[in-house]
Amino acid sequence: MEKYVFSILVSNKFGVLTRVSSMFTRRGFNIDTLTVGETESPEFSRITVSMMGDEYSKTQIIKQLGRLHDVKQVQIMEHDETVTRELLLIKIKNDSQTRQDIMSAVDVFRSKIVDYSPDALCIEITGESSKINAFIELVKPFGIMEICRTGLVALERGSRCLRNE
Amino acid sequence: MKITGSQIIIEALVEQGCDCVFGYPGGQVINIYDALYQNQDRIKHIITAHEQGASHAADGYARATGKTGVVIATSGPGATNLVTGIATAYLDSVPMVAITGNVPCSLLGRDSFQEVDICGVTLPITKHNFIVKDVNELADTIREAFLIAKSGRPGPVLIDIPKDVQIAQCEFENKPVAPAYEFPKASDEDIEKAAELISKSEKPYIYCGGGIISGNANEEVQKLAEIIDSPIGCSMMGVSAVPVSNPRYLGMQGMHGHYASSMAQAEADLVIAVGARFSDRATGNKAVYVRNCKIIHIDVEAAEIDKNITSQLGINGDVKETLSRIIEKVSPQKHPEWSAEIEKLKETEKQQVESCMNPAEGKDCTLCTSPCSHSGISAAERLNPFKIVDVISEFADKETIIATDVGQHQMWTAQRYPFEIPRTFISSGGLGTMGFGMGAAIGAYTATGKKTVLVTGDGSFGMNLNELATAVSNNVPMIIVIMNNGVLGMVRQWQTLFFDKHYSNTTLDRKTDFIKLAEAFGAKGVRVQTVSELEEAAKNAFAENNGPIVIECLVDCDEFVLPMLPPGGSIDDIITEIHGGEI
Repeated sequence: MEKYVFSILVSNKFGVLTRVSSMFTRRGFNIDTLTVGETESPEFSRITVSMMGDEYSKTQIIKQLGRLHDVKQVQIMEHDETVTRELLLIKIKNDSQTRQDIMSAVDVFRSKIVDYSPDALCIEITGESSKINAFIELVKPFGIMEICRTGLVALERGSRCLRNE
Repeated sequence: MKITGSQIIIEALVEQGCDCVFGYPGGQVINIYDALYQNQDRIKHIITAHEQGASHAADGYARATGKTGVVIATSGPGATNLVTGIATAYLDSVPMVAITGNVPCSLLGRDSFQEVDICGVTLPITKHNFIVKDVNELADTIREAFLIAKSGRPGPVLIDIPKDVQIAQCEFENKPVAPAYEFPKASDEDIEKAAELISKSEKPYIYCGGGIISGNANEEVQKLAEIIDSPIGCSMMGVSAVPVSNPRYLGMQGMHGHYASSMAQAEADLVIAVGARFSDRATGNKAVYVRNCKIIHIDVEAAEIDKNITSQLGINGDVKETLSRIIEKVSPQKHPEWSAEIEKLKETEKQQVESCMNPAEGKDCTLCTSPCSHSGISAAERLNPFKIVDVISEFADKETIIATDVGQHQMWTAQRYPFEIPRTFISSGGLGTMGFGMGAAIGAYTATGKKTVLVTGDGSFGMNLNELATAVSNNVPMIIVIMNNGVLGMVRQWQTLFFDKHYSNTTLDRKTDFIKLAEAFGAKGVRVQTVSELEEAAKNAFAENNGPIVIECLVDCDEFVLPMLPPGGSIDDIITEIHGGEI
C-alpha cells in the first residue's frame, strides 16, 4: 500500500462533490483526506484527495473519475514533484505549569497562537502532514482538548498547471 | 416566441429524433402530459401499467434500434419505480433518457408530498443526471442528456424537472443534433502490438461482448476471425452479434455458456476481448481464466480495461474502428491443429446436447411438483426447454425479435436460439432483472414493428405481467411463451446442486391459471403440453397479427441449464450432466 494524492478539476456546480466522493465509496476505495475549493476560474473547483492504495486502485480511480461528466481533469500528484500542505487548529489546556513548554513548542514549529484564554490555547500550524503529526505528538502530554485539520492541499512544483484543456 | 418548459421538453425531444416515449402521468408531470396531448401527432406516448414497465420499454426500444429510449414518470414513487429499469440499462450500457417531474423548486428539500431526491437515488446507476432549476437551461440540458446517453459507452441519463420549471416560459430555438462525442482512438503503436500478438498466437480466440452490437462491429469481428482463423465466442450480451450460422461461432461462454466456447477459451493462447468487460458470469474464476493465455482487451470505455482482468494489451478505442485497423495490419493465418481441436469440442458438445434432448425412457423426475405430467406422452412428444426454443425458431424468421426475462429460460434461449441479426436478442445481462421482458418486448416491438416473442418463466412473468394490459391496449402482436415449471428454476438448480436440495421458497405452488389470466387482460391464451400442441399454437400465433398471445408450456421442474461452471469455479469444474440431482 502506498499513499496517493489526486488533484481533480471539476465543474463548480451543485452536487459535484457528492458525485466524486460517492464514486470512491461505491467502488470500495477509502479516502483519507478530501479538500475542495473554487479555483482561479469560478467555473471550476479543485478537489484534492489523499488515500492509501495499491497500483490497481490508483489506475481504477483515475479511470472511474474520468467517466464522471463533471470531472474535467485528474492528475496523480507525484510526491517528489508536489508541494503539499495541511492546516491544523488545535486547542490545548492552558495552565501556569505547562504554558512555557507549549510556547517553546509553538516557536520551534513556527506555529502561531491564535486564541488565548486562561484555561485554553488555540494554535494554528501549517505544513506537511508529517510535521503536523509530529506537533500533535509533542503537545499530547499537555492535554489536547480538540483538533481540526483540513486535509491535504497540493500543487505541482514548477510552472505546469492542472488546467482544463 | 416564448413557450413553456413543458413545450420545450416536447420540442427538444422531437429535435433529438424521439418519436415515441413510454411513461405514466402524475401530479408533477401533468404539464408535460398536457404538452404531449397537444403534440400527439409528433410524439407517440405509450402508457404502461407501471413505471417499471415503462423504463424497460424505453430500454427495449433502445436495444432493438440503437436509438435512445425515453421514459417519463412523475415525482416520488413514479421516479423510484424507474430505478430498476435505469439500473438495468446502466449495467448493459443502453442509451436512455429518463425524465422525471418533481415538486416546485420552492418545495424541494422539505419532504413535500411525493418528493424524492431522485438524482441522489440514481447517482450510481446513471452516466449522469441533472436537476433543472431554470427554464432557460432546460433545452440545452435535454440536448446534453441525449449527447451523454449515446456517446462512447452508452448509458442512461436522468433529468429531474421541478413543476414550476415546466410551467415557466422562455425562448426556444431549434439546434442541429450534436454528433456523439469523439470516440477514443487507439494509437498506431497499440495496433502494431495487437497485430504482433495475433501473429505469434497459435490458438487465438475472439470473445465478443455487447460492445460489438452497440459499436456496430459485427462485420469487422467476423472478418478478423476469418483472416486470423479464429473461433468466436461471446458473453450473453454479445449474443446475436455474430450469426449462429457462422461456422466459426461457438456461442456464449461462461457460467452457462456453450461447452465448446468455454473449453476453447480455456485452451486458447490468446483471447481477443472486444467490447466485453470480463464479468464474473462470463469468466468464472479469473485466476484460472487467464492461466494459459495472453489477453488483448479492446473497449471504448477506458475504465473497463484492466478492471476485472489484467490484459497484456489494453486498447481504449471504438471497437469498429480499432478492429478495422487491426484487420489491415494482420496477415492471413491458418491454424489447422487448433481448428481440428475446435471441431472436436463442437462434436463433444453436440453429443452432450443430443443425449439431453433425447432422455432415456423412464427418466421421469420423481421430485416433480410442477404442473406438468409426462404420463401418456411419448419421448418424442415430450416438451423440454430446447424443443420449445426450436419450435419458436421454426416459425420465426431471422428478423423476429426474441426478448427474455431472467432465469433458466433466458439461458436456454441464449444457448439454443439461432440468432442471425444483431439486436434481435433483448435480454437483461448485467443486472439480471426478472420482470424485464414484458416491458422490453413492448418497447422493442414499438420501435421496430417486427414480430416479437417474449420467452419467459412463470417466476419472471409473475413480476410484471400487468404489462399484458399495455400490450393489449396497444395491440402489440407479441407472443409470450411461458416456460411454466412451477418453480424458480435457476435458484432451484443451485439448491439442488449446492444446498442439499433444500428447496427454500422456490416451489411456487401458485394456482395461477395463465390462460384465464390472459383472457382477463383481453389477450388470448393457450396451454400446451406436447411438441405438436406447441407447434399448432406457435403456427397460429405467428399467423395472428392482432394483440398478444400467451402460450403456456408446461415444463419439468428439474430441467437443468447445462453446462454450468459453479459460481467462483472454473472450466475445470464444468458440469455437463446431472443425474437425479447429483453431479
